[in-house]
Amino acid sequence: MVENDRWGTLLAHVILILGVFVVVFPVYVAIIASTQESGTFLRGVMPLLPGSYGWENYRTVILEGRSNAGAPPIGLMLWNSFVMAMMIAVGKIAISLLSAFAIVYFRFPFRMFFFWIIFVTLMLPVEVRIVPTFQVVASLGMLNTYAGLSIPLIASATATFLFRQFFMTVPEEMLEAARVDGAGPMKFFKDILLPLSITNIAAMFVIMFIYGWNQYLWPLLITTDDGYYTIVMGIQRMVTGGDSEPLWHLIMATVVMAALPPILVILFMQRLFVKGLTETEK
Amino acid sequence: MQTKRMTFNSRVLPYLLLAPQVVITLVFFVWPASQALWQSMLREDPFGLRTTFIWFRNFERLFEDPTYVNSLKTTAVFSISTTLLSMSLALLFATMVNRMIRSRDGYTTFLVWPYAVAPAIAGVLWWFIFNPSVGIMPYMLKMVGYDWNHRLNSGDAMILVVIAAAWKQISYNFLFFLAGLQSIPQSLIEAAAIDGAGRKKRFWTIVFPLLSPTTFFLMVVNIVYAMFDTFGVIHATTEGGPAQATNILVYKVFRDGFVGQNLGSSAAQSVILMGIVIVLTVVQFRWIERRVNY
Repeated sequence: MVENDRWGTLLAHVILILGVFVVVFPVYVAIIASTQESGTFLRGVMPLLPGSYGWENYRTVILEGRSNAGAPPIGLMLWNSFVMAMMIAVGKIAISLLSAFAIVYFRFPFRMFFFWIIFVTLMLPVEVRIVPTFQVVASLGMLNTYAGLSIPLIASATATFLFRQFFMTVPEEMLEAARVDGAGPMKFFKDILLPLSITNIAAMFVIMFIYGWNQYLWPLLITTDDGYYTIVMGIQRMVTGGDSEPLWHLIMATVVMAALPPILVILFMQRLFVKGLTETEK
Repeated sequence: MQTKRMTFNSRVLPYLLLAPQVVITLVFFVWPASQALWQSMLREDPFGLRTTFIWFRNFERLFEDPTYVNSLKTTAVFSISTTLLSMSLALLFATMVNRMIRSRDGYTTFLVWPYAVAPAIAGVLWWFIFNPSVGIMPYMLKMVGYDWNHRLNSGDAMILVVIAAAWKQISYNFLFFLAGLQSIPQSLIEAAAIDGAGRKKRFWTIVFPLLSPTTFFLMVVNIVYAMFDTFGVIHATTEGGPAQATNILVYKVFRDGFVGQNLGSSAAQSVILMGIVIVLTVVQFRWIERRVNY
């Protein structure tokens, strides 16, 4: 601190508290709304203090869902989201580790060509090529499967790029020592490279899990069977599905359930998350 | 691009290691992207019986189409406002947090977690807060004499989606600004203070210029975010309405392709979007070193 200025610091605290308020407010409102009974919303503006129906509302959405409006119980949707997020995170990390290893530790014809093919995918989000990707997946018969939900999203170069950068910083002596001791490439990969990259893998996992969990457009397109709905897209069906005024208390209970897992991941692994975020975007 | 000085010798292994990544990239990226290019030059009759090759006619039609031109403008307004709003708030919070010593981590934790909230959920949350019949904001706005209705008023709808999209992005920008601020050498700031520069002056003449690489990087990332990742915000709330007021390009590709079944036009729009992303990426890689210096 260069100079001591009390009022400035106080002002900064005030601004930050306001900021935290703005950031937290929508979720606070959602939690409050999820504890009200259905009649509350017909009477006008929602209250700002919790009601006493929280337990009941959460039990309803998890076990029964809104079967009359075609939305399955969210227990199943939560499971689907979890499977999809895990497959994307694990799959991305696995294939990226392998290809980064190949690119850094081998010399072979067309190395640059492959590097560019992979790198190009870094640039284009799924959103810009929705229709043709959908057609490809449909013609492969992968609609309404976990494979169809996750595999097309594994094709992204972010993780490969991160691991390549990391492998370049691993000292040459590691490889020399391993070769002197007679280790083959896969042995070197398994016993030296993997243990060294464990923090990077964990950081990547946090980012990719959140990415997978929050996918919206892709599951919306390729799932027509409600047994494969994911939670984030399921909310949209609840908001727009049905003719009556939306059942806000149930929707908000679902929203809270959908947002909770990735938020917990960030809160508990904040350090890894910050590391993963700032390093992938370099 | 370099490898290690010492490498393994193997003919087959590197190809096997690359195979999963390359196969997935080819099947789910290169193939669909070339399909999009090809389809963007075709026209299909309404029953899908006959397709004709029409060169660039789809693109010409797009730019003659007032709804597409309108969508371009909407996207520009939407992404610029989202970027400005979330970046300026994030910069404000980051400079304030950077002054703190003991409370820094506490504030950071509170400001960071909206990153985990999916865009679609962010949309639903704000949609609920602004809901004309039960929401809190319209109730408060009514007290000051403003009648909020995003279902009818296109300005209100735009403000709603901008707030929802920017809210979610604050935490991302905040983290990068904070990292940028912490990498500025304290000695520069002390030197300026000794020369008699006040807080405000120090910020605008030293801190802000030194932050410009971060700011520029975030600008590109935010524009890409606002243009593409916000599909969920729009789809879960306004669905492009009222009267096309929030029909951004990504949403229009989806609408024309899946709801309208106009594949040629949708593919042409995809190609234009790909072009935009590529330009933005190139700008980010090329310009970042050259233009932003101090």
